[in-house]
Amino acid sequence: MQMSQVSEQEVSPTLHTEGREILGVQGLSLAFGGVKALSHVSFSVKEGSITSVIGPNGAGKTSLFNSISGFYTPNEGTVKFLGQTMNNVPAPDRAELGMARTFQNIALFKGMTVLDNIKLGRHAHMKTNPLDALLYFGRARREEAELRKEVEEKIIDFLEIDHIRNQSVAALSYGLQKRVELARALAMKPKILLLDEPVAGMNREETEDMARFILDVKEEWGVTVLMVEHDMGLVMDLSDHVVCINFGQVITEGLPHEVQSHPDVISAYLGSGDVAALRKKFKEGK
Amino acid sequence: MRIGTVKESYIADAALFDTKVQRGWMFALLAGLLLLPFFTGQYASYLVCLVLINIVSTAGLNILTGFTGLVSLGQAAFMGVGAYTVALMEIKLGTPFLLNLLVAGGLAAVIGIVVGLPSLRVKGLYLAIATIAASVILHFVFANWTSVTGGVSGLSMPPASLFGFEFIQPDQVYWIIMPITVIMLFGAANLFRTRIGRAFIAIRDRDISAEVLGIRLLRYKLLSFAISSFYAGVAGGLWAYFFRVVTPESFPLTMSIFFLAAIIVGGMGSILGSVLGAVFMTMVPEVLKMMVGVLSPIWPDAVAVMSPVRIIVFGGLIIIFLIFEPDGLAEIWRNIRRFFHLWPFKT
Ligand SMILES: Nc1ncnc2c1ncn2[C@@H]1O[C@H](COP(=O)(O)OP(=O)(O)O)[C@@H](O)[C@H]1O
Ligand SMILES: [Mg+2]
Repeated sequence: MQMSQVSEQEVSPTLHTEGREILGVQGLSLAFGGVKALSHVSFSVKEGSITSVIGPNGAGKTSLFNSISGFYTPNEGTVKFLGQTMNNVPAPDRAELGMARTFQNIALFKGMTVLDNIKLGRHAHMKTNPLDALLYFGRARREEAELRKEVEEKIIDFLEIDHIRNQSVAALSYGLQKRVELARALAMKPKILLLDEPVAGMNREETEDMARFILDVKEEWGVTVLMVEHDMGLVMDLSDHVVCINFGQVITEGLPHEVQSHPDVISAYLGSGDVAALRKKFKEGK
Repeated sequence: MRIGTVKESYIADAALFDTKVQRGWMFALLAGLLLLPFFTGQYASYLVCLVLINIVSTAGLNILTGFTGLVSLGQAAFMGVGAYTVALMEIKLGTPFLLNLLVAGGLAAVIGIVVGLPSLRVKGLYLAIATIAASVILHFVFANWTSVTGGVSGLSMPPASLFGFEFIQPDQVYWIIMPITVIMLFGAANLFRTRIGRAFIAIRDRDISAEVLGIRLLRYKLLSFAISSFYAGVAGGLWAYFFRVVTPESFPLTMSIFFLAAIIVGGMGSILGSVLGAVFMTMVPEVLKMMVGVLSPIWPDAVAVMSPVRIIVFGGLIIIFLIFEPDGLAEIWRNIRRFFHLWPFKT
């Protein structure tokens, strides 16, 4: 299914079976001085789906994530999350509502252990006040114990990072750092998980592990996933829906195989050139 | 040697002192603190009290600067707020000392929040300048609000008292200062076992991404200022009970620099570092003074000639520490511990 170049397109409701919209982006525009990072971007993420955003470097994918999570304030347009307009909702409140993300260039806290980084994710859902904290009695002790148990039994076990829990994150390999970042995002009790290039820079084995985790997050945890990724094999295997953007605009969206074979997508990646060769490359994907 | 410990439960794993040996040392230290005044003279008690007061204030500054990454040169001025509060309450109201100290901390916390307001916008050196400006304003208020603060001549106050007992000599005031210091150190350590301490560290490490994790920056920066100033206010209150004269010159800007030096020498972002840094910064000048004192019988001019040398040696020691162990005394301590844990199997 082919979509027009411009924004106000409607996503056909028959396209997906996952259910209602959990996140809606409508006419989002963002400029840095003269650079238009996003212009009139619209798309919709269905609850329980894995939606991927693809596009060449500099297309505006990270800017899109930053606008959704409240890191940047878009010049135009709205982000709707759980039916609520996010325009005037600051980033910490979006996090509390259930929006969790990881960063393309990893944003772990170097001065903390793996365990503390993960625990940090739960911040917004805890109640400990300064007095509880200073005394470490009652609520503080109880909340910390519950959190520790849940992090250990649900998250650390699931992501297979038991062996590094007490290490400082600065000492970890790139692949493990990405995994810890995912763990922290899961500790946030997310309803939607925004992953910015979750497997970039990973080797084959690490990529396969991460793919398995992402799929489990969707299927076992019931968390909706929106991810930016360059690894076409991964995108094709995991996604229910793919949105391709270039120069800050949506050029097409649809089912993975539809987007994959779309000539605009191929030429976006190549600039211009041998479409057939590139199509072959995409097909080999994995 | 202790090579490994098997943790029985998550709670035990998260305890402050997680091994029997550590707890043993802790009890030994507390016992030492309880027995100390019975074995030392007034001068030693005087020094110990001074060290303890400085520990409280240093720990407070470490929460703000070492753990939250907000540089402040206002710590001495916040101590001043606490000291004046205690002096006034003692003189005008005669309320119990514990209440006075709490109010001193509370008032300093409120002023700390106001001073911390620029921290959402400015960082590093700029924030340091803003806190200096606040110190200058507070100093001006201490010196010129004569009807309340007694102007440049300051306030003289009665000693703390409990059921008719008056805490006058250093070895008496010690019984107020020591327990409060111990409690406040435990409080500071506890803070970093909870979401509040984690939020502080997150803000220090990268404040923008902390927001995306659900941490409200302004609230937590101001909270850090409040807690840090509370510690300063209580330390200032203890200082007032200790010296019983409070003047505008009691809390100069150089004292704020002293505390900043203490957290750097001791270890930024470490409670133990606050203790070691405060001990070092308070005791080393005293030890150097004593060494000069020892010389004076053989060399009558020693005190006059050696005083500037003393200061230079003190400065030199700080620089040497910074060069050889930028992570502070706390890191040196950790290295020593590591060595003995594994000794003799590995060195
Ligand atoms: N903070 C910023 N300041 C200025 N320009 C930016 C900033 N962030 C992104 N851009 C620009 O916006 C465009 C999109 O970048 P980005 O969203 O990072 O792309 P992608 O993630 O798709 O590679 C690029 O031209 C980039 O230079
Ligand atoms: Mg990017």
